[in-house]
Amino acid sequence: MTISLFIPCFVDQMTPQVGLAVATVLERLGHTVEFRPAQTCCGQPSFNAGYQDEARAVAIHALEVFAGAEAVVGPSGSCVAMMRVFYPELLAGTPHETAALDLAARTFEFGEFLVRKLGVTDVGARFPHRVTYHDGCHGLRELRLREEPRQLLRAVRDLELVECDEPESCCGFGGLFSVKFPMVSTAMAEVKAGSLARTDCDYIVSSDPSCQLQLDGWLSRQGKRPRTIHLAEILAGTAS
Amino acid sequence: MTAALPSSPPAAGAAKRQFLHDAAEHVRDVGHREFVRRALGGYYTSRDTQKARYRDWEQARDAASMAKWSAVNRLDELLPRFEAAFTANGGQVHWARDAEEARRIVLELLATAKAKAVIKSKCMTSEEIHLNQALEADGYGVVESDLGEFIQQLRGEPPYHFVFPCMHVRRDEISDLFGQHLGTPPTDSPEELTMIARRHMRRLYVDADVGITGANFLVAETGQISITENEGNARLTAALPRMHIAIAGIEKVVERLDDLAVLLPMLATAGAGQPMTCYNTLYAGPRREGEADGPEEMHLVLLDNSRTALLADAEQRDALHCIRCGACLNVCPIFKNVGGFTYGTTYQGPIGSVITPHLRGLKEWNHLSGASSLCGACTDACPVRIDIHHHLLHNRRNAARSSPDRLERIGQKLFAAVARRPWLFATGGWLFRKTLGLAKAIRPPVLSAWLATRDLPPAPAQSFRAAWKRRQR
Ligand code: SF4
Repeated sequence: MTISLFIPCFVDQMTPQVGLAVATVLERLGHTVEFRPAQTCCGQPSFNAGYQDEARAVAIHALEVFAGAEAVVGPSGSCVAMMRVFYPELLAGTPHETAALDLAARTFEFGEFLVRKLGVTDVGARFPHRVTYHDGCHGLRELRLREEPRQLLRAVRDLELVECDEPESCCGFGGLFSVKFPMVSTAMAEVKAGSLARTDCDYIVSSDPSCQLQLDGWLSRQGKRPRTIHLAEILAGTAS
Repeated sequence: MTAALPSSPPAAGAAKRQFLHDAAEHVRDVGHREFVRRALGGYYTSRDTQKARYRDWEQARDAASMAKWSAVNRLDELLPRFEAAFTANGGQVHWARDAEEARRIVLELLATAKAKAVIKSKCMTSEEIHLNQALEADGYGVVESDLGEFIQQLRGEPPYHFVFPCMHVRRDEISDLFGQHLGTPPTDSPEELTMIARRHMRRLYVDADVGITGANFLVAETGQISITENEGNARLTAALPRMHIAIAGIEKVVERLDDLAVLLPMLATAGAGQPMTCYNTLYAGPRREGEADGPEEMHLVLLDNSRTALLADAEQRDALHCIRCGACLNVCPIFKNVGGFTYGTTYQGPIGSVITPHLRGLKEWNHLSGASSLCGACTDACPVRIDIHHHLLHNRRNAARSSPDRLERIGQKLFAAVARRPWLFATGGWLFRKTLGLAKAIRPPVLSAWLATRDLPPAPAQSFRAAWKRRQR
C-alpha cells in the first residue's frame, strides 16, 4: 500500500523525528511511504477559534493535497480528528462534501492505522523501560482509540506499561486555549502531569505531539521527570 | 462570590474579565482544588458501580435522550396537554415569558395567599430568576430547606454546583456556620449537622404559608410534577404550607409516565452515583375532598426565559434535553480547576457554558465557550447525549460571525491565506524556527502567556520537510 504521510504543522517545525519514525515503521512493514510537500495545516487553529470560513479554506487545500491518496496517516489524534470528524461537518452542503467524506474514510491516526487497518500489533520493537500512556482527548473521544495504542505498547519487548490515576483527564493544551486561558490550562497540566509522574515511569507515551508540548513544558518548568515520547518513536526504535 | 447578579454586568467584557480574574485566583488556591477533587472522588466510584448494574448503559442513554428529544421537539403539543391535565387535577399553570414576569407571578400569588413566610426546596429555576432577592426585597421571610441550599443561604452565596450547592464547604465550616447562626455547639458528625438543620426546619415548615419547589419532570399525559430529592424536604415543602408553587422551565415536560422509568434512575446514577434518588415523588394537584393533607392550592410557573430561542436553534436544540444531573460538571477539568463561582452564572460547568450565551447573550458570555480545551469528557458523561463540547464550538463559530475580535480576525485571515500557499507556509515555518530563540527572549503576548508557566523546547535544526528531502536522496 502507498501511504501518504500527514505531518501536522508543529511536527514539521518542532518534532520532525516523530514524522520520520512513522515513516520508518510503515516502511518496515513493507509499505511505500510518500510525503506530499504541498501540505500545510489541518485548519484546526481556525476551526476551534470559531473561524470556520478560514478553516474551510485550509480544509479545501488539504483535500486537494491528499486527493487520490490510498491512505493518509498522521501522528496526531487531534489533527486526524479534524480531518475525520470535522472536515465532513465543515464542508457539508458544499461541493467539497463528497471529497471530505472520502478523505475522512482514508485518514488514520498512526496507532489506529496499525491496529485497525493493518491488523498489526507487534512491529518487533524493544524498549526496556517502564512507561505510562497519556490518552489525548481527540484520540480518545473523537476517534474512540483507547485499546489500540496500549495493544501496540504491550507487544513491545521488555516494556512495562502502567496506568495513571487520572487516565481520562485532559492535559489542558487545547490549542489557543492554552494561551487564552493560560492559568486554567496550566492547572490542568499540573493535575495530569502529576498523575502521570506518580506512576514512577521512565517515559510518558503519547500519540499527540501537542499534548507532549504541554506536558513536557510543565514538567520541564517544574524541574520534574519524566518526559514524554511519541508512540511512533518507540515502535521505530529511534527513541533515545 | 459575584455569581448570579440580577442584571447583566455593566461594562462590555466585564463578565470575561471577571472570569479571568476569578479563575486565576482560584487556580492559585491549590488546597481548595484538591478538596473539590477529593469531594468528587467517591462519586466516580459509585457512578461506575451503578452504571455497571444497567444491562446496557449506552442503550439507556439512547432511550433517555430519545424521551427528551421527542418531548423537546413537540413542546407545542405537549405543554398544552400538560396544562390541560394539570388543570384537571386542580392545579393552575402560569406562563412566564421571562424572569421578571415569573417573579411578578410568584409575588402576586404570595399576595393572594396573604403569605408572610415562604419555605423553598431546591430549585435552580428560582436561582435563574433571582427569586429570593425579589421576595426578600418585598419583605417575605424565605428559608431554603435543602441542606446544601440552606448552608449556602446562611453563607450568603449562590450554589457552587447546581446539584451539590455546598460541595466546596468543609464540615468544620458548616459547624461554625450553624454555631454562629443557630447557636448550636460544634460537631464533626455529618449526621448531627443534618439533624441540626432538620430541627431548625421543622417549625418553619409548619409556619410557612407557601412552599416553593422546582420540578424535575412534568408528565404531560397525567399532569403530574415529578420531584427528585434525597432529604425529604421537598415533600414537606410541597405538602405542609397552604399553597404550593412549583417553578420549572418549559423544557421539563416529558410525554409519558413511562419515560420516568428510564429518566429517574439515569438522573440519579449519572449525577450522584446513586441507583435511585431517595425520594421520587409525583405531585398530582392540591388536596382533594376527603384527603388528609396536601396544599389547598397548587401552582406551576412555566418559564421560557430564552428557552424558545434555543428551541429555534436546530443545531443546539438538544441542549434543552438537559435534566440538570450535574454529571458534566463532575467530570469537567475546567470546573474542577476554576470552581463553581468563577463562571458567574446560574448554571455552572459545561452545560452552563453552552446555554448561558443563549440565555444571557453571546457577546458577553462567549468567553465561557472559549474556556474549554474541548476534551469532551462532558459529552461522554451526559446521560441524555447532549453534544456538549461540540456546542461550545458552535457558540465560538456564532460569536466569530456576529462579534469577532478585530485583531483575532486579522490573524485568522492571515493564517488561512498563508496555509493555502505551501511555499509561504514553509517559509513561515522556517522563520518561526529561526526566530524562536529570539522570540523566547522578547516574549511577545501569546508566547509570554505560554512561557509564564511552561517551557518550550528549542527548535530543531531542520524541519520535517527538509529532513524528508534529505532522507529520500
Ligand atoms: S448537560 Fe447532560 S450531563 Fe450536564 S447536567 Fe445536563 S443532563 Fe447532566
